[in-house]
Amino acid sequence: MRNTDFTWMRVFCIGGFVLAGLTGCDGSDASSPAVEVDAGPVALRRLTAEQFTRSIHDTLGEHITVPSRIDPDDRRDGLFAVGSSFASVTPSGFEKYEAAASAVAEQALDAAHRDDLVPCQPQSLTSSDEECARAFVEQAGRRLFRRSLTTEEADARVAIAAEAANTLNDFYAGLELALISVLTSPEFLFRVEVAEPDPTDPSRMRLTSVSMASRLSYLLWNTTPDDDLMAAAENGDLVTENGLAEQVERLLSSPKLETGIRSIFSDLYDFKQFDEGLVRKDNALFPVYTQTLAEEAKEQTLRTIVAHLTEDKDYRELFTTPESFLTRRLGVAYRVPVPTANGWEPYVFAEDARRDGLLSHISFNALYSHPGRSSATLRGKFVREVLLCQDIPTPPANIDFSIVEDTMGELRTARERLEAHVTNDACAGCHTLTDPIGLALESFDAIGMLRDEENGVPIDTSGDLDGAAYEDAAGLGRALRDHPALGPCLVRSLYRYAAGREVQSGEQALLEFLNERFAESEYRVRELMREVVLSDGFRTTSGPRDAEEAGDES
Amino acid sequence: MKRFDRRTLLRGTLAGGAVSMGLPFLDCFVNDNGTALAQGAPLPVRFGAWMWGCGMNPDRWNPTTEGLGYELPIELQALDRELPTGAKLREHVSILSDFDVKLDGRPNFPHTAGLMGTLTGSLPLQDYTVPAPTLDTIIAAQIGGQTRFRSLEMSCTGNPNQSYSFERQGVFNAPEISPMALYTRVFGPEFADPNAGPFTPDPRLMLRQSVLSAVKADRDRLHQRVGTHDQQRLDQYFTSVRQLEQQIDILLAGPPDLESCSKAPTPGAESLGTEVGQSMSTNRLMADLISFALACDQTRVFSMMFSDRISGLRQPGSSSLHHQLTHDEAIDSALGYQPEATEFVFVSMEAWADFVERLAAIPEGDGTLLDNCLVFGHSDISFAKIHGITGIPMMIAGSAGGALKPGVHVKGNTSPTTRVGLTIQRAMGLNTESFGTRSMEATQPVSEIVA
Repeated sequence: MRNTDFTWMRVFCIGGFVLAGLTGCDGSDASSPAVEVDAGPVALRRLTAEQFTRSIHDTLGEHITVPSRIDPDDRRDGLFAVGSSFASVTPSGFEKYEAAASAVAEQALDAAHRDDLVPCQPQSLTSSDEECARAFVEQAGRRLFRRSLTTEEADARVAIAAEAANTLNDFYAGLELALISVLTSPEFLFRVEVAEPDPTDPSRMRLTSVSMASRLSYLLWNTTPDDDLMAAAENGDLVTENGLAEQVERLLSSPKLETGIRSIFSDLYDFKQFDEGLVRKDNALFPVYTQTLAEEAKEQTLRTIVAHLTEDKDYRELFTTPESFLTRRLGVAYRVPVPTANGWEPYVFAEDARRDGLLSHISFNALYSHPGRSSATLRGKFVREVLLCQDIPTPPANIDFSIVEDTMGELRTARERLEAHVTNDACAGCHTLTDPIGLALESFDAIGMLRDEENGVPIDTSGDLDGAAYEDAAGLGRALRDHPALGPCLVRSLYRYAAGREVQSGEQALLEFLNERFAESEYRVRELMREVVLSDGFRTTSGPRDAEEAGDES
Repeated sequence: MKRFDRRTLLRGTLAGGAVSMGLPFLDCFVNDNGTALAQGAPLPVRFGAWMWGCGMNPDRWNPTTEGLGYELPIELQALDRELPTGAKLREHVSILSDFDVKLDGRPNFPHTAGLMGTLTGSLPLQDYTVPAPTLDTIIAAQIGGQTRFRSLEMSCTGNPNQSYSFERQGVFNAPEISPMALYTRVFGPEFADPNAGPFTPDPRLMLRQSVLSAVKADRDRLHQRVGTHDQQRLDQYFTSVRQLEQQIDILLAGPPDLESCSKAPTPGAESLGTEVGQSMSTNRLMADLISFALACDQTRVFSMMFSDRISGLRQPGSSSLHHQLTHDEAIDSALGYQPEATEFVFVSMEAWADFVERLAAIPEGDGTLLDNCLVFGHSDISFAKIHGITGIPMMIAGSAGGALKPGVHVKGNTSPTTRVGLTIQRAMGLNTESFGTRSMEATQPVSEIVA
């Protein structure tokens, strides 16, 4: 038992909470204490582009160049992980999946790699061999469907292999076509989550052991289950306390957890925009900024997060830490010397460098800016919505902005211009929430380089965050670290990411419980991940999601 | 151009092979003579949507005179171009002004309400949501099945994640952002070039059909294991699988049999982004490619996003985007408009003229490809500074194969924009009784432009 368990359970038992499942109030032999949870529904989850690529690499070979041109991921409620449980496949999307499958199958079964995947030698290279084809289809199919194929599913693919081998006079070409039919099946492109009645309480629906394997693997590693997890899944281990705990410990202590953490934060912060070249800046105004710099800026932040969290440091300290990683190219933009000529080095910013915490990184400041200028509003909105989980309403339709951003007029700084909003009632409601935060970051320009003046006027970075006053960006970082909503917001975001949907009312008590646990662990994210996957929120469900009502009046 | 009897060819090539194929599926596009679209048969009519973001200045964009030969206002001067046929571009473009999006008390979500009202006929209850299918997908559902591609979507914004071609919320057709990628998709190795000698169907095409059959067989098993929400999503998935089967059927049938069809040349160098020069260049390259694709009947439905509704167009070296300028820039008291923001209106209308002009450059039948097109040019709002949704700027280029009268200016007298959507659907051969909901419900087409 982990050393925090006992203390926690005493608190909860005294507080009169109902503990469900196997946990007793004496704290003995409990795998994980639980609160009453009415978990929400499950739905098919379309593999994100990243999961599609990783799943193919992990099942068919790292050497494969997976086409990047597939149907774009759908971002919903601020997460691709949520959009994936709503996304379908359009005709043009399916066309791309089929083309990608074809390219993947050809590489997977090329002469240099086919022996890694095909567990037998065909009787003839120029015709069909059903037995060998079946062995391949069953093995590759199980890994790609994340479960064993049914007889019908395998038969259909073996028949394709035979037809194609005999038409093209090529056994391996036959396997290629069979593999394409696996890769274009909804059983591969969607993660199918299936529930069953819990034998100890048939009124409750739990995820099947096989469904749990994919849930765990895509959450913690963002890829398909490995052989060990698949074996545990098919053995029924993942619906037992011990079997689940054992696999969870293995997944959490694996280096692959870094991928999982990276994917979570990349999704939450919308960093995919860097990969797609969508964070563009004006060349004339920002000659230092290039696509390579942008990608390295993203990488810097993700490396910082991964190192910090896998060392089990306090999540909140991410917003104050001067520790990071740099390349020489980034060093130019940060105006600090970087000895390593090629690649990355750990770097601790000096005390007077004004680079404390993630919010001082180039990545955020460039992403939440316009191509030609910084945006205090976008930055403040990001902090409120993504880091603190607070809603910012959309602006009213009919407003006169002309005073606000006329940089050539009388109002020379963003502060002066934005203060004009706050004098207007229609604007004040939102801008008093976003602007004080964003104005503290005005010392970073549209690509995150330091500046002291705007249009010749000194920039005033002081402000307050819900009562905590600060003088500059570093002070904002400290105020954010101490903000009571920071930890609970990560809990909520991680839960939504794990479940692939919004939090349901029956899950509120669980979230409060997770908040307390997270605080007690001193905000260690690995602990939070463990609590989430062992909770009934992750392991049970109300059943399949019902159809959405047809849009509006149509 | 040499013609081939496809039936004979298919028989000849496939006879004796291990693969057999049934011909009945060809009935939908092969006439009794075995030619796909023989001379004398009516030429296909195509629909396209072309949008630009952030509207215009109503006093400077709306023509002051109505009917044929309307007076060209300052912001529409781009339509004054002379075509190779000797006609002016404006003679092919109708202007539809003073048609409104009506909120019925719903919020005017900036840049969303006007766009969705016009394209779907309904107003969203939440921001960033799509209340009903967009016009292009409504039309594609009716006529898209007859061509290799149900529809083609394009964007000049460099963003692969944004189009306004929605089947419904969450199901959108992602755009091609790279002209080279569009070229490869349409005119790559799969394209059967009518000028490239005898046609031999690739046996792999038929094997791909077998692959798709196996995928379809997974359907029923999966349907039983999921809820009603997922069943809907799977229905969409399998509609897409069927679409690809049809696409392969059409590839198997051989090269298109259209006088004007030839393979597009490889597009020139591309530079993706939202600087004015980049978007203008992408627009021209895409226009070129889509004109060849339409002439070869590879699709009959397309859409183009020239700039997003929150327009990210910008001039190099400027710290402001088009959208920002529409809100931030003061109205020059001497001029009566925002000079910098207005430059982007001119840019957008030049781009629109570039696009339409390209369609008029391909001869087809007795006229040009444009005559057999209906291209709906529109923005998301009228006066961007206040997110105006009255008098949404709309244009129709082409005559839809004779269904429409081109070159007319019609004032809508505040009737809903859906009247234009209704007119378009009927011109495209749909039996649409009404389009839109509540105050946006339209039953009266714009008779002034109906031939």
